[in-house]
Amino acid sequence: MHELPVTQSILEIAVRNGSQANARRVTDIYLVIGELSSLIDESIQFYWDMIAKDTIAEGATLHFRRIEAELMCNDCGERFPHNREDVSCPGCGGRNVKVAAGDEFFMEAIEVDGEPQG
Amino acid sequence: MAERISVVENILGANDRLAQDNRARLDAAGVFAVNLMASPGAGKTSLIEQTLPRLAQKFRVAVVDGDIATSIDADRAAAAGASAAVQINTGGECHLDAVMLQQALNRLDLSAADLLIVENVGNLVCPAGFALGTHKSVLVASIPEGDDKPYKYPGMYRGVDVLVINKMDLLPYINFRMDYFRAGVEALNPGLVTFPLSCRTGEGLDAWINWLTQHATRNTQHLIPGT
Repeated sequence: MHELPVTQSILEIAVRNGSQANARRVTDIYLVIGELSSLIDESIQFYWDMIAKDTIAEGATLHFRRIEAELMCNDCGERFPHNREDVSCPGCGGRNVKVAAGDEFFMEAIEVDGEPQG
Repeated sequence: MAERISVVENILGANDRLAQDNRARLDAAGVFAVNLMASPGAGKTSLIEQTLPRLAQKFRVAVVDGDIATSIDADRAAAAGASAAVQINTGGECHLDAVMLQQALNRLDLSAADLLIVENVGNLVCPAGFALGTHKSVLVASIPEGDDKPYKYPGMYRGVDVLVINKMDLLPYINFRMDYFRAGVEALNPGLVTFPLSCRTGEGLDAWINWLTQHATRNTQHLIPGT
C-alpha cells in the first residue's frame, strides 16, 4: 500500500511551508484529490499521528476536497460528469470527448498558528 | 491567530523531481526506457520474453523487474536474453517509484544498454500515480480481464502512452466487447497508440516491435556496430 510514502510527502510539504511562515503549529491541511487520481482516501488520517509525531504538524486535521471527473465534448463544448459507463455527450450524442477535470492531486493550503504576538 | 497559507504544491512533487533526475541519466546514456504496467497475469513478463529475442540483433536491452518478493520475473528476462536484469523487491509496496528506479539504475551499466524495460508491480491502480522517469508508459491489458477495465481504472488508462491488448487469441472464447472497451479507452486517452497482439501465437507482435525499435533508435546514440 502506498499510503505511507504519500503521507510522508504531505508531511514534508506541510512542514516546509509551515516553517517558512514561522508557524508554531500546522493545524489543518487542505488537499485536492481528483476522482481519476484517487491515490488516497481518508484512511491516511490514521497514519498521520504516527508519521507527524514530534513535528509542527502533529495532530493536524487533513481535509479532502474531491473533484469529480468531468468530460468535455470537443464538438459542442458541453461539460458533463464522467459516469464511466457511457461516455457519449448528453448534448449532441457525440463521442469525441476529453477529460476536463479529475486529475487533481495537490495540496492547496495549510492553516497554521503563528508565534504569539507581543 | 490561525492563518491560512496558500500552498498549491503537487503532493508527489518530490517523486516527480527524482523522476526527472532518472530521465536525465537515461538521456545522457542514450537509453530509451519504457515503464510496463498491467494487472497481475496480463502478460508483462511474457511480453518481455517475446520482445527480447526479436530485438537482440538491434539493441542491448536491460530489464528492471519490480516484484513484491520473488526474482522469478528477472530470471525469466535474463533467460530470454536481457543484457542485464535487475530485480527490485518492493517488500510489499504496490508500485515502483522514482527512488526504486534510481537504485536499480545504480546497479546497471547504462553505457552497456540501448533500451531499458521496467516491469512494474502487477497492479492497475498505484503504479499510475508514480512517475519513474521512463520515456513512455505502456499498459498491457488482456482479453480475460474483461472489457470494463478502462471504466474501473481510469487513472491507469488515462496516464499511459501505449496500450498493448494481449491474449487476442482468446477473443473468440470470451465475452469481451471490443467496441465497449475501446470507447472507454478513447474517452480517457484519445488517440492512444494501441497494439492488439498475442504473446502465445505471436500475432500482432511485429507492430509492437516496430514501435519499440523506432523509439529506441531515435534515442540511442550508440547502436551496436555492424547491425
